[in-house]
Amino acid sequence: MKKQEQNGFSRRGFLKTASLVSGGMLIGFNFFTSCDSDTPLEAVDLNSLNFNEFNAYIQISNEGKVKIFSPNPEIGQGVKTSMPMLIAEELDVPWEDVLVVQGKWDTDHFQNQYAGGSEGIKKAWEPLRQTGATAKQMLINAAAARWSVDASECHVENGIIIHTSGKKIGYGEVAVEAANLEIPEGLSLKEPKDFKIIGQEIGNVDIDAIITGKPLFGLDYKEEGMVYAHVLRPPAFGQTLVDYEDSETRKTTGVLDVISFGDKIAIIAENNWAAMKGKKALSTNWDSTNATESTDFHNAKLYAQLNGPLTEANGYTTMRSDGDVIQAFVDADKVVKRIYSTPFKPHNCMEPMNFFADVTEEKVRLVGPIQTPTWTANRVAELLDRDIQEIDLRMTRMGGGFGRRLYGDFALEAAEISNRIGKPVQVVFSREDDMTAGTYRPAVKYQIEASIKNNKLTGYQLREAGITDNMYSLIPNFFPQGSFENYKVDVANYQSNITVGAWRAPVTNFHAVAEQSFFDELAKELDVDPVKLRKELITNAKSSPSEERLYEPDRLIGVIDLVVEKSNFGNPAPGRFQGFASYFCHNTHVAEVAEIEMENGFPMVKKVYCAIDCGIVVNPLGAQNQVRGGIIDGIGAAMYGELKFVDGKPQSRNFHNYRMIRMMETPEIEIHFVDSNVAPTGLGEPALPPVGAAVNNAIYAATGKRLTSIPFIQHFV
Amino acid sequence: MASYSISVNGKAHTVTADADTPLLWVLRDHLNYVGTKYGCGIGQCGACTVHIDGNATRSCSINVAELGEKSVVTIEGLAPNGDHPVQKAWKEVDVPQCGYCQAGQIMTAASFLEKNPSPSTSEIRQAMHGNICRCGAYNGIEKAVKLAAKSQ
Ligand code: FES
Ligand code: FES
Repeated sequence: MKKQEQNGFSRRGFLKTASLVSGGMLIGFNFFTSCDSDTPLEAVDLNSLNFNEFNAYIQISNEGKVKIFSPNPEIGQGVKTSMPMLIAEELDVPWEDVLVVQGKWDTDHFQNQYAGGSEGIKKAWEPLRQTGATAKQMLINAAAARWSVDASECHVENGIIIHTSGKKIGYGEVAVEAANLEIPEGLSLKEPKDFKIIGQEIGNVDIDAIITGKPLFGLDYKEEGMVYAHVLRPPAFGQTLVDYEDSETRKTTGVLDVISFGDKIAIIAENNWAAMKGKKALSTNWDSTNATESTDFHNAKLYAQLNGPLTEANGYTTMRSDGDVIQAFVDADKVVKRIYSTPFKPHNCMEPMNFFADVTEEKVRLVGPIQTPTWTANRVAELLDRDIQEIDLRMTRMGGGFGRRLYGDFALEAAEISNRIGKPVQVVFSREDDMTAGTYRPAVKYQIEASIKNNKLTGYQLREAGITDNMYSLIPNFFPQGSFENYKVDVANYQSNITVGAWRAPVTNFHAVAEQSFFDELAKELDVDPVKLRKELITNAKSSPSEERLYEPDRLIGVIDLVVEKSNFGNPAPGRFQGFASYFCHNTHVAEVAEIEMENGFPMVKKVYCAIDCGIVVNPLGAQNQVRGGIIDGIGAAMYGELKFVDGKPQSRNFHNYRMIRMMETPEIEIHFVDSNVAPTGLGEPALPPVGAAVNNAIYAATGKRLTSIPFIQHFV
Repeated sequence: MASYSISVNGKAHTVTADADTPLLWVLRDHLNYVGTKYGCGIGQCGACTVHIDGNATRSCSINVAELGEKSVVTIEGLAPNGDHPVQKAWKEVDVPQCGYCQAGQIMTAASFLEKNPSPSTSEIRQAMHGNICRCGAYNGIEKAVKLAAKSQ
């Protein structure tokens, strides 16, 4: 079996071009491919492409219209709009003339085809602009050749090539000639001051389809002969299937078949309702010997790790150690210590997990919402023992991802089932399946300690004890690394049979809540202004020798000053209480102030101010949406959401017993982007982590209560 | 299984289904109106909201047999050209993130504004409280409902 991973960047294979059967020019995005740079792409009639036939090119029609295939999966983070903007900017075409189409999963032509880690725009910034610039230069060269003039005497305005003599010609008219020219290299890109599209408020390219209910999402995908499968998985983590009785299920109208694989049973039916009814009618016996883990048990395990020694035997790994924290603590006048806890959280994408698979002898067709097409295609190839070349995967728009769609378990199930029943099948999770099938944000506890001597901070130590997963190695090099001479981060975990995974802003989504709540407490303890304390510590880090510090102190101080000014921090309106937090993650610097009011004894977040430095803002409209969404999600996660377990069984199954943030709990949000000419960084995640701490610090201001566990709402019932 | 005549977006359809089949699945699986979304199936999220005789109703919580003579309007039939004032406002504000909840949000808002053409902010927030948006597009939704109310 041949594996295919994504290719590294290579200039040599920058572009392939080809004439279109229908006229016009194709420009391949294969700037990442390192081989076959001079084999032209086959001519294809792009007008014949439909939902079943995605392809990976810029197309310029004879009329000068431009079709851009957006390479990355769209989960609501806006890349299907912002990535084509980068190409169109350098191509110098009016945005109105651009039609955006979702690119196909294609490792020959695209790189980094995944959605996660807020990295899409950061990684696409150079190559996508280069693609646009290259196409533009080839079109100019074609026009210059036709006119027998020097290309340097030509420039472009809105897709029209203009010669110094005043002669003009549209892109569409020279597209075919351009496609056959040599590919220019070493082109320079525009200065930010010359941007015409980048920095403009561009609406979502799928807006018309969304507001009129056109098929876009995985669950909307249908084809002739397709059947539906709903899967019964073990109700508790650790359970295994003993046996089952399916005669009632098979009697259900519309049920076609019942099969089992591993510890799962799939009900195959003509439609979703039949599958759901058939599933209810199954009787099953589960072996529960290993299904023992409850929330109380997890808490006991994690506390035991926190209270135990920092040794390998107790499961600890040291992530970073500067100076001598132990001595600093011994010498201290006082050590402040706090434990912060988060429960498990399901992702609850509004579109439940689903995937289509059609496994035949010739190939394996997969269609659906997935953040990691390459990874998933490789896993399916492994599962079915097929060559990766036989896998054809197409990405639909996703009804949310938040990390859940990084894991292709649902696609593997679809492939497995289709392979067994020999039919095209769509696996559909009910909401209950979606919430109980696992891959949660793991429960974690942080113990944070700081030593104080002569009213100065002298040491900082953080221990993490988490279920199964731990913080990634970058975090120990975020703030406050470099701010303390004596600094130590250690992590341990308990290996559970409950599956866990990334959840929007993995790890940082709660690490920020714990850390930034703790610094507020330290400020109280030292009797200094909480903002001043942060700024002093960040300033310390500037002069510290460590090259490993990942954030930029000046940019972090920049957003802090901005949010303090905009929110008039320290002077809330009567009845309002403010809390502050700042944080760096996913390459972006953020500071936030939350304002709350107490209503009938409950904290209600009324307003959030956010200052954010993500470099150049590619699409302010999309950027605002991302930041707002992150803040609201962060408030929801901190205030309301909690998934508990009893004997391995998730105790929330649907939205009646898992609380999501809703409209009336949503604050007004005021966002200030830092004016910047620096290359852009991501926005899908960074606004989320600090807001929980800002809210917590506001709750302290209002009530004098220092909350150390989320969801905060539990402390007010 | 029985046969039901139902009216969707002004068209008469005959559907053969079990009496307990929720309208949601009749729309999506039998009639191919996939604009109406499945979110929870228990009336908690609003993703499946349609209009039944003009009232915003959760199509997951009414079954085909209960529907009788009532007429159903889905997101596909809200306005022939997708130019209902609510849809236009949604576009102008650029409300959607992932977009999955938005059909339900739009149908809820359209029916609400029909009954209360000039609502206060808190009435809007109450009216939209039943529709979950996991992406947190609530600020945009609030703004778009206000805009639609103004333009109606
Ligand atoms: S699917 Fe009907 S309310 Fe959620
Ligand atoms: S826009 Fe994604 S759930 Fe509302």
